[in-house]
Amino acid sequence: MLTNVHRKKGLQLVLGFAAGILFGFLLQKGGVTRYDVIVGQLLLEDFTVLKIMLAAVATGMLGVHALHSLKLAQLHPKPGSWTTAVGGGLLFGIGFAVLGYCPGTLAGAIGNGYLDAATGGLAGVLVGVGLFAAVYGRIEKTVLAKGDLKEMTLPRLLKVGTWAAVLPAAGLIVFVLWLMERNGL
Amino acid sequence: MEWLRLEQWSPYAVGIAIGVLSWFTFLLSDKALGASTAYVRTSGMIARLAGGSKVHLNPYYRKFVPEIDWEWMLVLGIVVGAFISARLSGTFETRWVPALWAGTFGDAVGLRVATAFVGGIFMGFGARWAGGCTSGHGISGAMQLTVVSWVTAVVFFLGGIAAAKLLFRVIGG
Repeated sequence: MLTNVHRKKGLQLVLGFAAGILFGFLLQKGGVTRYDVIVGQLLLEDFTVLKIMLAAVATGMLGVHALHSLKLAQLHPKPGSWTTAVGGGLLFGIGFAVLGYCPGTLAGAIGNGYLDAATGGLAGVLVGVGLFAAVYGRIEKTVLAKGDLKEMTLPRLLKVGTWAAVLPAAGLIVFVLWLMERNGL
Repeated sequence: MEWLRLEQWSPYAVGIAIGVLSWFTFLLSDKALGASTAYVRTSGMIARLAGGSKVHLNPYYRKFVPEIDWEWMLVLGIVVGAFISARLSGTFETRWVPALWAGTFGDAVGLRVATAFVGGIFMGFGARWAGGCTSGHGISGAMQLTVVSWVTAVVFFLGGIAAAKLLFRVIGG
């Protein structure tokens, strides 16, 4: 691993900014900085969001696990529980539909000139995360921990080697995308 | 370089490029793409500026210290990258009310901004309760085959689909 690069704080801020510029550029070119495209996905009328996400996941999966196999990167599976997935997930979903942007595309929408994102949307998200920070201390060890899924990954769950899970998963995603195209989505 | 000026690229080209970008963030920065913690840090900075002297005692702000880090710069970069892309393709526009919203709920700015505010609160709270967003769980967690990320991402969409249908097909009918 390039630990000497990872440790350089100033360089990392520049790399983060550069990655963000590329990410934002791609999100805008993909059309997902637009409210209409995101809400169109949630109304099941426009499948752009899902196509971008699934293509990113399949591509990322192959490279990131290859880097890991070559000992050039470590994985960062997120911790979580059934309550964080279902409770947090549902609240997020409601907000996703009502706001019409997600945290990444909200930033992209601001860059695209959308003022609903830059005013009410941004202020709302900041208030929302602030409220969570205010209650976190009280729910950390109770609500959040129920039904802990640890940092379980599919290969560990199925007790198979990494590539025995990665290759079929990537193949399945490509198949799903092919099915979507075939059905005119 | 005409392709940089195109209004929209194929979603597959965009998705593959985001996937490749994530290889580089893992390799060069030991980081996965994500966005929501940047908002946490920003909310802490605002709380501190507003005179909150106990911000550093809050357990959540001890976990996500209100300072500029890699992910904060990433989110700032998203604003800039989207701006560059929009300017190059001539799709930059200052607009208060999205067309789809206006078609159902009218073009009043106040209603749209108030709704975005309420939606933002739900999304911000939900993202941190879930421990990630559509990027952190939906893209980065999913590509690492994390079980909780797949479950969370599916719930994001199920909740979002139900809420969007309710909003546009029942309330807006």
